[in-house]
Amino acid sequence: MMTTPILDIRDLCVSYGKVEALHHVNLKVEAGKIVTVIGPNGAGKTTMLGAIMGLLPSKGEIQFQDEVQRDIEVEHLVAMGMTLVPEKRELFGEMSVEDNLLLGAFQRYRHGDRDEGKTMAQVFGTFPRLKERRAQLAGTLSGGERQMLAVGRALMAKPKLLMLDEPSLGLAPLIVREIFHIIADLKKTGVAILLVEQNARAALQIADYGYVLETGSVALEGESRALADDPRVVETYLGLGGKKE
Amino acid sequence: MDLQIALLLGQDGIVNGAIYALLALALVLVFAVTRVIFIPQGEFVAYGALTLAAFQAGKTPGTLWLLLGAGVLVAFIDSIMAVRAGAPGRLKRIALWDLALPAVVAGLVLWLEPGTLPLAAQVVLALAIVVPLGPMVYRLAYQPLAEASVLVLLIVSVAVHLALVGLGLLFFGAEGSRTTPFSEAQFALGTLTVNGQTLWVLGASAVLIIALYQFFGRTLYGKALRATAINRVGARLMGISNTMAGKLSFTLAAGIGAFSGILIAPITTVYYDTGFLVGLKGFVAAIIAGLVSYPLAAAGAILVGLLESFSSFWASAFKEVIVFTLIIPVLVWRSLTSHHVEEEE
Amino acid sequence: MKQRLPLMVFLVLLALGPLFLPEFYVTLLNYIGLYSIVALGLVLLTGVGGLTSFGQAAFVGLGAYATGYLTTAHGLSPWIALLVGLGVTAGVALVLGFLTLRLSGHYLPLGTIAWGISLYFLFGNLEFLGGHTGLTGIPVLEFFGLKLNTGREFYYLIWVVLLSFVLATQNLLDSREGRAIRALKGGGLMAESMGVNTARTKTTIFLIAALFACVSGWLYAHLQRFVNPTPFGLHIGIEYLFMAVVGGAAHVWGALVGAGLITILKQWLQDILPKIFGQSGNFEVIFFGIMLILVLQRAREGIWPWLVRLVPVRQGRRTVAEAEALPRREMPAAGTVLLEVKEARKQFGGLVANDNMNLSVKAGEVMALIGPNGAGKSTMFNCISGVDPVTSGEIRFLGERIDTLTSREIARRGMGRTFQHVRLLPTMSVLENVAIGAHLRGSKGVLSASLHLERAEEARLLAEAKRQLERVGLGAHLFDEAGSLPLGQQRVLEIARALSADPCLLLLDEPAAGLRYLEKQALAELLRRLRGEGMGILLVEHDMDFVMGLADRVVVMEFGEKISEGLPEEVQKDPVVLEAYLGGVE
Repeated sequence: MMTTPILDIRDLCVSYGKVEALHHVNLKVEAGKIVTVIGPNGAGKTTMLGAIMGLLPSKGEIQFQDEVQRDIEVEHLVAMGMTLVPEKRELFGEMSVEDNLLLGAFQRYRHGDRDEGKTMAQVFGTFPRLKERRAQLAGTLSGGERQMLAVGRALMAKPKLLMLDEPSLGLAPLIVREIFHIIADLKKTGVAILLVEQNARAALQIADYGYVLETGSVALEGESRALADDPRVVETYLGLGGKKE
Repeated sequence: MDLQIALLLGQDGIVNGAIYALLALALVLVFAVTRVIFIPQGEFVAYGALTLAAFQAGKTPGTLWLLLGAGVLVAFIDSIMAVRAGAPGRLKRIALWDLALPAVVAGLVLWLEPGTLPLAAQVVLALAIVVPLGPMVYRLAYQPLAEASVLVLLIVSVAVHLALVGLGLLFFGAEGSRTTPFSEAQFALGTLTVNGQTLWVLGASAVLIIALYQFFGRTLYGKALRATAINRVGARLMGISNTMAGKLSFTLAAGIGAFSGILIAPITTVYYDTGFLVGLKGFVAAIIAGLVSYPLAAAGAILVGLLESFSSFWASAFKEVIVFTLIIPVLVWRSLTSHHVEEEE
Repeated sequence: MKQRLPLMVFLVLLALGPLFLPEFYVTLLNYIGLYSIVALGLVLLTGVGGLTSFGQAAFVGLGAYATGYLTTAHGLSPWIALLVGLGVTAGVALVLGFLTLRLSGHYLPLGTIAWGISLYFLFGNLEFLGGHTGLTGIPVLEFFGLKLNTGREFYYLIWVVLLSFVLATQNLLDSREGRAIRALKGGGLMAESMGVNTARTKTTIFLIAALFACVSGWLYAHLQRFVNPTPFGLHIGIEYLFMAVVGGAAHVWGALVGAGLITILKQWLQDILPKIFGQSGNFEVIFFGIMLILVLQRAREGIWPWLVRLVPVRQGRRTVAEAEALPRREMPAAGTVLLEVKEARKQFGGLVANDNMNLSVKAGEVMALIGPNGAGKSTMFNCISGVDPVTSGEIRFLGERIDTLTSREIARRGMGRTFQHVRLLPTMSVLENVAIGAHLRGSKGVLSASLHLERAEEARLLAEAKRQLERVGLGAHLFDEAGSLPLGQQRVLEIARALSADPCLLLLDEPAAGLRYLEKQALAELLRRLRGEGMGILLVEHDMDFVMGLADRVVVMEFGEKISEGLPEEVQKDPVVLEAYLGGVE
């Protein structure tokens, strides 16, 4: 991990009212790598993504592409090449698949980059299922298709850093497998990926580096291969009985 | 009542209904995008009509000074915020939209003597003064409270309405005004005489509605507004800023309001506070549509217009009572058909 | 006594006022009093209850016109006219409330705008009410033979009425019904689950606010001795709301501060603005509008909280009096089936969140519902507790079908619950939050609460809340603000709140999340004790050590369906469960 990181977080803290949910988190994502953050439910994974994206107020330093973000605005970060696929997908349910994708390119379009047609063709190449459903309303898609649309919509922004919040949530194993193959393939296009997952095995398998978040702090970190074999992960994360998410 | 009168009343009702329809569409749009119940819509109607009337009377409308003042205020606040956020890049945009644009408009108005220009040019100038006030009002009154509850935003709306009505009185006085019609032509349609202005109102409303439909269906910005209305978080994650969407929807609403005022000014005498009642009738229509459906809002508006014109014939003193009491059966129907689950704030 | 000092000074000054103030100031104070009565109603409605009305001026008008018309045209006594006015106002408020309170929050204010305009035009156009000129010759009010001829004499009547309304409102807010009212703003769903009829509570405060306004109108008519439509228009209705918001809409004294400030400011602005602008007109509205916007942007709480900070009056530490324990429900015998879910299905649009769900809970057992994130466990909870009913299937509680009942009715039958995302009222004390849970164990209404005739029952409710808090280990935090507790303890607070209702079945949604090891052990100990007392417990939990050590039986869910059921050790070895939890991508 020698190259300059595309995302460098130092000492990140987030509070809800008087309750601190994230304590002094340090995290790095190198360009072109997949970094995963795993950890039990309620550990603060989603909170962390919200803070990085500027959706939640936070303390600490967030550096994205050599620029320290003060007074972060979501729109600005999107324009700079950071996108988030949120846990709840947040699709535009009453609009067509095609319009959903188109809106993913909104910031680029605004800054004069008008090749959304070409990008959409690429996205359709990655997710042929979306092409079949292009005229359908997003609200009528199945769970797996929704997740594909959410990822596809994020890709329309041609991100440099793609953040995924629990892409496997609520999906059947077969679909999860498909989504994870696609994520692993995305890495080849050069985009850096920050993957937050509860599905530890799958996440560590495709990731280069991993962090274990527990009750708002980083409990462990390391190369994902090493992490997958680390007994402490099994203990803190998978539970003593061997079955805790 | 004979057929002749009925037709006349029907014509009146449809003309007013067309205006209410425009206003109702703007109200639905603003509510969907920003959750603001836009009570001050009516003031934009009055400002549009009276600014045009001031041109025709050879006066400089007070709204021009409001535009300049609001521009300076917005520029001042936004510049401070831009410097604090360490984003001096924003200063150029601020100077352009909040200072240069109002200054150019002011220069044109003071230099051109709008009263001597053709009507179309007067209309454009009047719109150039009133429409930019929309996003400025959004910036000053609503944007700092964008995350507040619908109820707080509603109280803000009422406060903005108060301030704008007071300013309207200050700018235009208590006297009402009428403007010259777009067309003096008269057409005979069977036994009914239709005058040119009526056709203008109906035609312009239809064109505007179609234009809005195209805007929302075909353009990326129109789709971005719809996206914000459907899912605010989702829209932000695409880089569609809620502030941008708010300002855009307020610009559209101010434009629709001011243009409606310009359309009705030749038909009815407009006073500084006329807009409020006109706007509220648009509201009754919007409420019929539950503040969500555009076609229902337009249909409701025609209903309100017809009810108003027929009740002014039968019981003119109780015209307003009847129109506003219409809201009661509408609410009954809404409360029986909606299954509202309380949203927690 | 020390904390009452500012109040005493205020009351003495108020009482002595008319003896030395010039006429002008007495009149001003009379109007401030009249406006405060209306604003007080809005404090209850808007500041506390989170509803709002722009039409209060119309209710004032109803009170004024009722007495104006009945005393002049029919020679009735003003006291009878007051009763009629109150009756008419109540009728209108109930109809309006019934129509709008079931819809989302903004329909009530919109309805009141329309109603405010309609009534104003009606007053001005009805011949028998004198049209726009109004009614004159309204008789002087007589009080035990004492004629209230002048403003000085009227002064005492207005202020006694106002202060008794303030006292009654304060009493009301500090009671069982008051807690229900305070829960409306941001806690409606929780309150319903605790058995509060929120629709009725909303109607009640709307009614009270309307009746206050009506009384103010009645007083106004007899003070002025004539009425016309002007003071009852929509703009005055807006001004009343303005008074409440500026003064501090969440505090009873805010109404007085707001009414005083706005009345004086209006007087002053009306004097000076026409001189500045060189023309006459209601220019003060420009300033009021801008001021209201600034208050909402910069100090949404209004002036009162700021004033209070200037005069540091700290409330002494309160104690909870000992009181006789509340009667308890008869617990079903251990082993009785409490809850039975059959073939339950829940659909949100095209998404199926639960399907084919079957489970049962017996008295005296802990049943755990586990499964990966998003498996539909909380949805199942909401279906069972009636928060969000099932699409199809059958749910029985104590043998009775409950899948069509509301959460309130289910709570009444003895089911208590906590929420995955903590739902409590963060600015209210821990004790009061828990006392909401005991709502159904009291019965005294609004009237006895306002007069504080329900103190015996109130003491028993609070003592019960305290007992439950001590039981869950929060006895040291009774008077802390609930929002200041760490998240884990807020969850425990929810358990105490559920226990205050004296349930026989407890639904706990992730009770151990955010707790430290020792706290978890204490919680497990408490749940074991409850089980020993015959309580049935249905538990959703992610902490497997906690679940496996506690549960008698386990149901595992994935994709909204049951994938496994059995004893903890059986479930732990089930390969289907392992796959669900750890993911199957190899």
